[in-house]
Amino acid sequence: MNVQEVTVIEILDETRTLGIVELAACARVEPTRVVEMVEAGLLEPVGGAMEQWRFAGRDMRRLRAAERLVADLGVNLAGAALILDLIEERDALARRLQQLNSLFGET
Amino acid sequence: MDYKDYYQIMGVARGASQEEIKRAYRKLARKYHPDVSKEPNAEERFKELQEAYEVLRDPEKRAAYDQLGARWKAGQEFRPPPDWGRDFEFSGGFAGGRDETDFSDFFASLFGAGSPFGRAARAGGGPRRGHAPVGQDHFARIEISLEDAYRGGAHTIELKSPELQADGHVVVKPRALRVTIPAGILEGQQIRLAGQGSSATGGGRPGDLYLEVAFRPHPLFHVEGRDITLTLPVAPWEAALGATVPVPTLGGPVEMRIPPGAKAGQKLRLKGRGLPGPGGSAGDQYVVLKVVLPPADSPRARALYEQMKRELAFNPRADLERGR
Repeated sequence: MNVQEVTVIEILDETRTLGIVELAACARVEPTRVVEMVEAGLLEPVGGAMEQWRFAGRDMRRLRAAERLVADLGVNLAGAALILDLIEERDALARRLQQLNSLFGET
Repeated sequence: MDYKDYYQIMGVARGASQEEIKRAYRKLARKYHPDVSKEPNAEERFKELQEAYEVLRDPEKRAAYDQLGARWKAGQEFRPPPDWGRDFEFSGGFAGGRDETDFSDFFASLFGAGSPFGRAARAGGGPRRGHAPVGQDHFARIEISLEDAYRGGAHTIELKSPELQADGHVVVKPRALRVTIPAGILEGQQIRLAGQGSSATGGGRPGDLYLEVAFRPHPLFHVEGRDITLTLPVAPWEAALGATVPVPTLGGPVEMRIPPGAKAGQKLRLKGRGLPGPGGSAGDQYVVLKVVLPPADSPRARALYEQMKRELAFNPRADLERGR
């Protein structure tokens, strides 16, 4: 198997953000779908008017996860937003618990 | 290839109604959905579940599958019967529209692109995208160590890329990419490698490859954004009297001053010792003090504890008594 060398130059994060058209193209959805997700509180772009919206890598991740949840579990976008928020909260709590365990647990 | 017992996978009886199958799917999907589940092997279980549901939800596929008979056992060596699919009529609708390239060989041989079902689906369904033949995007997870995230470096990842052959069969080809990741990448961040997805049919532009970064759990450090937290064991006298002690950081050990009168659980900050950020910024390392008691396992140690007991007016439960 030959190995191809690739250098990463494109990281989607807070410094490299996407506009609505770019995000929709990246995620292969219609821009109207992105608007629906913003309205459902699933995506939280920075910027006021739609033309100024900027999305971070987190939004790309949430968009894709939401589409999977909608397709696989039959929830709507508001339900997917709630699931994703709760998962983020759960993961943050799990990290905190891990930290506390290392503080109070047996060494 | 191995026979798959789709009823067993979904935990339903062979005579289950379509409604029962749907309910079983919903329940198991909630449990094993890779975006939700913490179960080990959630991703595999979920794929298996989707495959089973893809067949059992569709009355035509389910009837054909049932024709194989109940004598097969899961994992048994299986070949499709030579007359497979001959007596069935196919509506040609592509029921799920799921990405079937992840499904098993068992599924592919019975219902995949080369099967009577697949041919009927192509004749009736047509291509999923009418315009702009763009190759499919691929998504993968890349797990790196915290040290590599701090320093940056090259990682080789192996990917399985499904490719559509001219005869309609999908073959999975392994390939390797050596990806150089810049220092300071964070967990959950998406890396886009343009043009590294599937090649497009008909000369369109190839799809992209997205890598989601995950950190391998570290034995010492916990990460939150760019900040690192370390639990540092200290002796009671180091906390009480103050001390300068070596502390591991991602960039190597540094000397840290513990102020006199430090308390257990107290959080000290090593500025700029976290993960590097854009424009020369960096996260911090937090050091949480954990006071470790020396064991009273020798006459000398016991004598010292005895002496403290006699000479220190220390009541660890003063707060409890005040609260009464």
